[in-house]
Amino acid sequence: MKVTTNEKIKIKSNIETLTVYNGLIDGLPVCLGYFPIAMAFGMLSKGAGLGLYESIAFSAIVFAGAAQFIGISMIALGVSPAEIIVTTLFLNFRHFLMSASLASKLKLKKPIAKLVIGFFVTDESFSVASFAKGKITAKYMLPMELLGYSGWVIGTGAGFLIGSILPDKVQLSMNIGLYAMFTALLVPEMKKTNKAIILAVLSGITNSMLRELLYMPEGWSIVVSIILVSILGVFMYNTSKESEETNVE
Amino acid sequence: MNDTIIIIIGMMIVTYIPRIIPFFTFSGKHLPKKVEKFLEFVPYTALGALIIPGAITSIPGEPVASVIGLGFAAIYSYFKGGMIVSIIGSMAVVYLMLIVA
Repeated sequence: MKVTTNEKIKIKSNIETLTVYNGLIDGLPVCLGYFPIAMAFGMLSKGAGLGLYESIAFSAIVFAGAAQFIGISMIALGVSPAEIIVTTLFLNFRHFLMSASLASKLKLKKPIAKLVIGFFVTDESFSVASFAKGKITAKYMLPMELLGYSGWVIGTGAGFLIGSILPDKVQLSMNIGLYAMFTALLVPEMKKTNKAIILAVLSGITNSMLRELLYMPEGWSIVVSIILVSILGVFMYNTSKESEETNVE
Repeated sequence: MNDTIIIIIGMMIVTYIPRIIPFFTFSGKHLPKKVEKFLEFVPYTALGALIIPGAITSIPGEPVASVIGLGFAAIYSYFKGGMIVSIIGSMAVVYLMLIVA
């Protein structure tokens, strides 16, 4: 049967298909969370001797949160480009797992959609998309991702230009923003399934032990924690009844 | 080309490639049940590892303020849901902790 879809009318099915509007709404907290962190990056970047355009280009081209902070500190210390790039690879390899999880839900067909939507995969856009209330699509992903991206790029410029006007304590307290976002994504999941909190806590404990006891660098400890605890989850919840999502299309 | 440009381009390449490869290798393929389960759990385990222990040290030297700030986000989002208030509220809570302490 052929269904003519009108964007304004949502198709009634078990799971609502998310549209551009949903993407914009869900992109707002990402944008809000990014802005102050990006400002901090802009200030740091200025301190490391980069110009305004270089700083903005850094955020616009790399678009990688923690890796940018580490990168800019290494630039300030005069570390070689090769070392900085290798560190970034390790630090950002976790996105491979996140993209894999998203790809299995999104089922994108066009190469251009894969290239564009893939570029904007971050811890935050991945988390928001994973816990979105409905079926995610390219139409949902792109506005959500772009709103976050604009917060990151504009925030960098704002930080470079006016960041130092803010009092120290205001700047400091903004560091909590992204963690508050992660928490606000995770906690409501507890109502739906206890898997959420059990797996998250196990992963957090694993990550802490790898960091504190084995002194594993952050990038790797996150990757190893995700892999180990997700495998553990496959065994723990082997006899699961709930494979709700069968995709149409 | 100066070093900064080399670093920016290099960082972009090593960040971008792991982000897009899975879209080309996993999209539209039928994955084994176990792999699908694994990928289904990645959001939970990723969030856990992203929050712990990083959140506790997010405000340098102020672990108590960090934990109380996150406590606000946890409680608010549990009862009311929504992220904007959780984010702004936890920043405000941390700020209050910093000026009081």
